[in-house]
Amino acid sequence: MTALRVEDVHGGYGGTDILNGVSLAVDPGEVVVVIGPNGAGKSTLMRAIFGLIGVHRGRITVDGRNIAGLRPDQVSGLGLGYVPQDDNTFAGMTVGENLEMGAFLRPEHTARRMAAVFDLFPRLAERSHQRVGTMSGGERQMVALGRALMTEPKLLLLDEPTAGLAPDLAAETFERIRAVNSQGVGILMVEQNARQALAIADRGVVMVMGRDRHTDTGPALLADPEVASLFLGG
Amino acid sequence: MADILQLLVYGVVLGSILTLGAIGVSLIYGILRFAHFAHGDMMTVGAYAALVAVAAAGLPVYAALPLAMAAAAAVAVAIDRIVYRPLRRTSPMILLISSFGMALVLRSAVQLVWGPANRVYVPGIRVPYQVADVRIGVDHLVIVAGAVVLVIALHLFLRRTRTGKAMRAMADNAELARISGVDTERVVLWTWVIGGALAAAAGVFLALDTRLHPTVGWHMLLPVFAAAILGGIGKPYGAIAGGLTIGVAQELSTAVIAPVYKPAVAFAVIVVVLIVRPRGLLGGRG
Ligand SMILES: Nc1ncnc2c1ncn2[C@@H]1O[C@H](COP(=O)(O)OP(=O)(O)O)[C@@H](O)[C@H]1O
Ligand SMILES: [Mg+2]
Repeated sequence: MTALRVEDVHGGYGGTDILNGVSLAVDPGEVVVVIGPNGAGKSTLMRAIFGLIGVHRGRITVDGRNIAGLRPDQVSGLGLGYVPQDDNTFAGMTVGENLEMGAFLRPEHTARRMAAVFDLFPRLAERSHQRVGTMSGGERQMVALGRALMTEPKLLLLDEPTAGLAPDLAAETFERIRAVNSQGVGILMVEQNARQALAIADRGVVMVMGRDRHTDTGPALLADPEVASLFLGG
Repeated sequence: MADILQLLVYGVVLGSILTLGAIGVSLIYGILRFAHFAHGDMMTVGAYAALVAVAAAGLPVYAALPLAMAAAAAVAVAIDRIVYRPLRRTSPMILLISSFGMALVLRSAVQLVWGPANRVYVPGIRVPYQVADVRIGVDHLVIVAGAVVLVIALHLFLRRTRTGKAMRAMADNAELARISGVDTERVVLWTWVIGGALAAAAGVFLALDTRLHPTVGWHMLLPVFAAAILGGIGKPYGAIAGGLTIGVAQELSTAVIAPVYKPAVAFAVIVVVLIVRPRGLLGGRG
């Protein structure tokens, strides 16, 4: 059980800041969904949490410990998993090798975790020797999620896990995410399919121009007319 | 026909040497994303390190080889710590230029310590084996067998060990490797150890095949890069195919054109292959 707090974080890629004082919280076992227009800094926020870009103001804490300034491999070691929006697999490696890399910090658990991931995605078990670069977008997304689950994370960061998926596959993915969450894994998820994502969320955050504009329960955001007109397609 | 077979033998020998150099260039490019221009001179450093063991300690060349590999690995790691690491946050172009500078420094250092004269490990001529009309030197067998053993060892390292897998993962997708828990600096360290050690082996084999001279590795830089690019730079397995292709092409070319044009052959082969297969023989990253 892990709690994440992002407090007044400022940062970016070196030029002007992309994050301009964003705050949010994920309590243990919660699903928190971040929505917002393209370029709002949602992916940048994920990267900041994972130590991939510098944070020069504000705090990011995991169970009270400030993690701003840690390297990505150290953040991973704290029990956080992360599926980036793009390039989220090792395309030149096989499905099995991708999953093995997921358990890099806990090689002794590889076999047990791989069995758990294959339970969740039986399709991957059949394909374990296939090179990921030769697979379809939907299958690659399963590999990406599977890799992140190999560490047995307590908190999972998902950046648009259903992007580019057909509606039935997207629905299936949300189902899987819900199943993972039901085992106590906290989820912080950026989503464009806002309506479906908010439906499984404990809380939603609307992010605009590098800041959290609204934070509310999933149903409340779904009912908010402004949010509806901007992000839910009317 | 016998002439062609003879040239093929020379080509495979040269190809083995080029392969060992090109694997390092390819690994370094895959992990650090820059073209390491000091790699030829790393080969020279390795060749002379073996000379120290042979001349001073009286060791046979095959026993000097592991020592030379260890010495070159240490030199490569030291150069990385002192020169390349502080520059890593700048740009690949600055790293490339600084490696060019390092090449000059290494070459001058070798010349300063050992002088500009030609040297050999063991003086005298050894009678080659005669198979049909083809002559095969003992050293040729040692070189090819040595390269095969090292390539197999590297293969097992990359496929079976945790560090080797981390290295492949990082060459594939550096950011995702870090997210998965890979400590970049550790992988970089191993990259230099392997790149340096294999460069030393290439250098020792080259000196065994020809002679020792401060510019012996520098003259190999173009064909080594040709081999790495041909195999798809960043793909160590491609370097094997690339090395053998360039080695054989260079030696076969001497049947029809003067040997001084050998480097031009390396160049011509990359141009042709890159037109047909822009990502190299095994399709590395563009
Ligand atoms: N690697 C990068 N270097 C510089 N700017 C970037 C980089 N990646 C994204 N940005 C910029 O950061 C802003 C926010 O991008 P991003 O966080 O990806 O938005 P979102 O995920 O909300 O669509 C955009 O203006 C984008 O151009
Ligand atoms: Mg994004």
